[in-house]
Amino acid sequence: MNDDHGSIFDGLLGGDSSQWAFGTDFEDPLAGVDTTTPDGVDPAELAAYCLMLGDDALIMSQRLSEWCSRAPDLEEDIALANMALDLLGQARLLLARAAAADPRVVPGLPEGSPVPPEDALAFFRDDRDFRNVRLAEVANGDFAHVVVRLLMFSTARLALLERLCVSRDHVLAAVAAKGVKEVAYHRDWAGRWFVTLARGTEESRRRLLAALDALWLLQAELVAPHPLEHSLALAGVGVDPASLRDPVDAVLGQVLTAAGLDRPERAPLAGVGGRTGRDGLHTEALSLLLAEMQVVARAHPMGRW
Amino acid sequence: MVTTRRPATGGTASARRAVEVAGRVRDPEMPMLTLADLGVLRGVEVVRDAEGGEVVIASITPTYTGCPAMATMRDDLVHRLNDAGFARVEVWVVLDPPWSSDWISERGRAALRAAGLSAPGPAPRRTGPVPLTLGPPRSVPPCPRCGSAATRLTSEFGATACKALYRCTGCLEPFEHVKEI
Repeated sequence: MNDDHGSIFDGLLGGDSSQWAFGTDFEDPLAGVDTTTPDGVDPAELAAYCLMLGDDALIMSQRLSEWCSRAPDLEEDIALANMALDLLGQARLLLARAAAADPRVVPGLPEGSPVPPEDALAFFRDDRDFRNVRLAEVANGDFAHVVVRLLMFSTARLALLERLCVSRDHVLAAVAAKGVKEVAYHRDWAGRWFVTLARGTEESRRRLLAALDALWLLQAELVAPHPLEHSLALAGVGVDPASLRDPVDAVLGQVLTAAGLDRPERAPLAGVGGRTGRDGLHTEALSLLLAEMQVVARAHPMGRW
Repeated sequence: MVTTRRPATGGTASARRAVEVAGRVRDPEMPMLTLADLGVLRGVEVVRDAEGGEVVIASITPTYTGCPAMATMRDDLVHRLNDAGFARVEVWVVLDPPWSSDWISERGRAALRAAGLSAPGPAPRRTGPVPLTLGPPRSVPPCPRCGSAATRLTSEFGATACKALYRCTGCLEPFEHVKEI
């Protein structure tokens, strides 16, 4: 035993994290990256927009992570975990970008807390401060449910990221350029399984149709125009979701045709007083998800992991 | 944010040594490759701070956004450079342009093959929207073990974000293929 340490636990949390397989010390995911807000853009608006895109990825990632060890076979388990990891990476950069644009969005923590801003945003905000679409938060169902949800989510996200590659905000443009390559795989995976289940057995088709019926009413929110997104689109920084409607419809139509299914007839889930997920109006499912996701971090605001 | 720095003057020997040391650091997930061969080491420079102290700045880029090995890469770079006598090392992240599998060097591709992994072909060059692919992939990589062209995709997601799983229908062995992105 090393004489410098009275206990084997002493020294574990020093400045050197090399003894851990993946390092434990926090690091800035945007170290050295220029995070100046582009000219003519309100930093508060840019931060709110980054939260929308980051929260979509974070909450969807959390739902996909819940599939870990529960998929029908090992390959699909690994696929779902990979997609969760891609989205978590996007969330981390987008939340860090939100904090860099406007530090006022970051919840206050006790002085000396080592929690970095993107973690503070993920683990210390309340449900009403989350800006994700409600499609991302509803509870998991069966395998058909995750396939349908991912198809809708990744189709809209890919169309959005393709357009965000030319954002005047260099961080958003870079996250989008990388994200396009990742989400293209997610959409192909979901599209193939959608067709496979629709054309599989009577039972797989029944389950797919049930999932489609349960989730279709949440699809419209992905492409619903929101004043903030519209404003940032005009500033050359964001993407107006209204511009995604046609390309998203085209891809969903392509998958439905290949699956031999008609487009579902379901009215979109209404907001409350016109407010939806983008305004912080969520379903009960988000509160339960956050309770589980945040409980350990909130119990240890001074913790190092 | 980082303070303004001026390039080191008369430090070219030291800069060459820093490049050489950083160039030997290996990827934690695919240790047959150096970070330089994988194409994630984007630059190493030696600068001087306001007091004239030498600082090494190494820049790395993630292969995939959620790559969990970034922290280990950072730690490994810092430690190897510290060991070589560079007391102050900063590791910066470069996001633009995004990493492409085309950046894996010839030496890196040979190392992948020698380890039984299939090296990526040319990355797709797209303009316009990404087409939806509902069928199986049009082309498959040959088996890195027996060379057979008869291989089948098992999953586009593997043990790490950058690899897909295939199986050779000739020798019946599974193998990993580094994806083209």
